[in-house]
Amino acid sequence: MNLFIRQLLSNGRFRFSVILMLLVVGFAIVGPMLNPRNPLFAVGGRYDPPSAKAVLGTDVIGNDVFLQLMHGVGTSLEIGLIAGAIATLIGVAIGTLAGFLGGFVDEALMGLTNVIITIPTIVILILLSVAVESRSLVTMGIIIGVTSWPWTARAVRAQTASLRTREHVDVARLSGAGTGSIILWEILPYMFSYIFMAFVLQLASGILNEAALSLLGLGPDNTISLGKMLQFAIQGEAVRTGAYWAFLPPTILLALISFGLLLMQSSMDEVFNPRLRRA
Amino acid sequence: MSTFQRYILNKLLWYFAAFMVAASLNFFLPRLIPGNPVDTIVARMAQGGAAEGEARRRTYQTYMKEFGLDKPILAQFGTYLGNLARGDLGTSFGNYPAKVNDLIAASLPWTIALQLPAILVGWILGNILGVLAAYKGGAFDRWAFVGSLVLSNLPYYCLAVLLLYLFSVALPVFPSFGGYNPGSTPNLSLSFILDVLHHYTLPFLSLVLVLIGGQAVGMRSMAIYELSADYVGYMRSLGVGDRRIMGSIFRNAMLPQITGLALAIGSLVGGALLTEVVFSYPGIGSTLFTAIRQNDYPVIQGVTILVTVAVLAANFLIDIGYGLIDPRIRSAQRGER
Repeated sequence: MNLFIRQLLSNGRFRFSVILMLLVVGFAIVGPMLNPRNPLFAVGGRYDPPSAKAVLGTDVIGNDVFLQLMHGVGTSLEIGLIAGAIATLIGVAIGTLAGFLGGFVDEALMGLTNVIITIPTIVILILLSVAVESRSLVTMGIIIGVTSWPWTARAVRAQTASLRTREHVDVARLSGAGTGSIILWEILPYMFSYIFMAFVLQLASGILNEAALSLLGLGPDNTISLGKMLQFAIQGEAVRTGAYWAFLPPTILLALISFGLLLMQSSMDEVFNPRLRRA
Repeated sequence: MSTFQRYILNKLLWYFAAFMVAASLNFFLPRLIPGNPVDTIVARMAQGGAAEGEARRRTYQTYMKEFGLDKPILAQFGTYLGNLARGDLGTSFGNYPAKVNDLIAASLPWTIALQLPAILVGWILGNILGVLAAYKGGAFDRWAFVGSLVLSNLPYYCLAVLLLYLFSVALPVFPSFGGYNPGSTPNLSLSFILDVLHHYTLPFLSLVLVLIGGQAVGMRSMAIYELSADYVGYMRSLGVGDRRIMGSIFRNAMLPQITGLALAIGSLVGGALLTEVVFSYPGIGSTLFTAIRQNDYPVIQGVTILVTVAVLAANFLIDIGYGLIDPRIRSAQRGER
C-alpha cells in the first residue's frame, strides 16, 4: 500500500490533480463557514458587476455569485459523491458476483448490464428526472448513481474473473470460506486501486451529469449547484449581455473539477498499468 | 442455419431486449407521476393559460384517446408499442395540436447537419494529431498531448459557453443566437447559405475541438503501443521512410478508432443536446429543452426514444461489421474451422 502511494506521488500529473482537487474541496468546505449567509437570498440588482459588496457581482435575480459558487461547488460535489458511491457499490456488487460465481448468474447479470449499457445514459437520466415529483440533492445523486453503474460492473467482472483462479482464492475455498467472505477478503483487496479509479471516474461523471441535467432544466430543487448556476446564467442571457462574472465562475469550476478528476484517474491508470508507460 | 446467421439472430435478440427495456422506461416512468397523467397535464396547461373551456375539453379527449386511459395498463402499453412500430410518436402537449413527428422532423436535420461534419472532421484531425504526437515525441508530443487532454476533459458545453462569449460577445465576430438570421426565411440563396454558415461556425468549432482532443488522446496511446511492435523496428532497420512507417502504425491502430467513429455517429442525435441549448441552435436539443420546460411528455418521450433507436442501430451495425470481419465467424461459415 505504501509503495502504491509513493509510486503515485512520484507521478507529476497525479500530484497536480490531487492539489487541484484539494483546493476545490477546501473552497467548498471553508467558504460557507466563513460566510454563512443564505446563497438564495438577493443582495443586489440584476447583474451588478463585481464590487466590494459582492466580490463576483450578482446574477440575474441579484444573488451574490461568489456566495452561490461556494455553496454550489459543495452541492455538486455532494451529488457527485452520492452518485459515485451508489454507482461504484452496485457496479462492484454485480461485477464481483457475476465474475466469481460464473455460469447462469454471470450470464443473467451481464445480460442485464449489457442491455442497460446500450441504452444511452442521458435517456435514462432524463426519464427518471422527469418522473420524480421533486428533485432534492439526494434524489439527484440516487438517480445518477442507479443509472451509471454498468461500466463499472463490466470492468469489475473482468478483473474478478481473472482473480478467481488465483491460488490464494483456492486456498480460501478449500478452508471452507463462503462466497461472501472470499469476495470480501480474497478478491476485493486485490482490486482496490482499480475500484478507486472507477470511483473517481464515477464521481466526475456524476458531477457532469448533474450539470447536464440542470442545463436541460432538470436540476435539483431549492438549492444551488454549479449546473444550476450555469443554467441561470445561460437562461438569464448572462453570456449575451456580457455579464462574465455570472457564467465564468461555474464554467471554470466545472472544467477544473472535470479536468482534475479525469487527470487523477488517467495518471493512476498510468502508474498501475505499466503498458501505458512510454518505453 | 449458418454461424453468421446465428450470430446476427443472437445480436438481434439482445438489441430487441434493449429496445423493449428502453420502451418500457419510456412508457412507465412518466406514469409514476401521481394521478391521471392527462388530468395533471391539462391542469398544468390550464395554469399556464394554455387552454380553456372547449379547447381544454378537446385537448383532454385527444389525450385520453391517445393514451387509451380507460383501458388496463398493459393494453395501454400495447397501444404505445403499436404506435411506436408505426412510427407515430403522438401529439405534443405544449404545441397542441402539432404532431411530435413533425416537431422532430423540423429540428432533426439541424442536429445532423451540425453533428455529422463535426464528428467526421474531429475524428480525422484527432487521429492524425494522435499518430503524429506519438511518432514525433519530444516537445511536440508534450504540447499536443496536454492540449488534447485539456480539450477532451473539458465538458463540451463549458467550451461552448466560452467560445460563445469570446467570439460573439467580447469579440463580436459571429452571431450569438439561432441557426440563421431571424429576419429571413429559409431559402437556397447564396446570402442565406452564408448566413447559415456564419451561425454554424461556433457550435461546430465547440464540438470539433472536444472531439479532436478525445480522438488524439486515444490514438496517441494506441500508436505508442504499436511503436514497440516488431514490425516498426523491422521497417526502421530496412530504412523505410517515416511517412510509410507512420502509415502502417495508423492502419494498425485504426480498428478501435473506427468502432469509436461508428458509436459517435450513433450517438449524434443525443450527443450535442447542450451545445444547441447554449447557442439556441434550432435542433433536437432545443426542442427537448422547450419540451422539458413545458412538461411536454410526448415530445420528451419522442426525443428519448429517437436517441435510443439511433444508438441501438449504430451498435447493431457495428456488431454486424465485426461479424463480417471477425475471422472466427467468417471461417466457421466457410466450414474451415
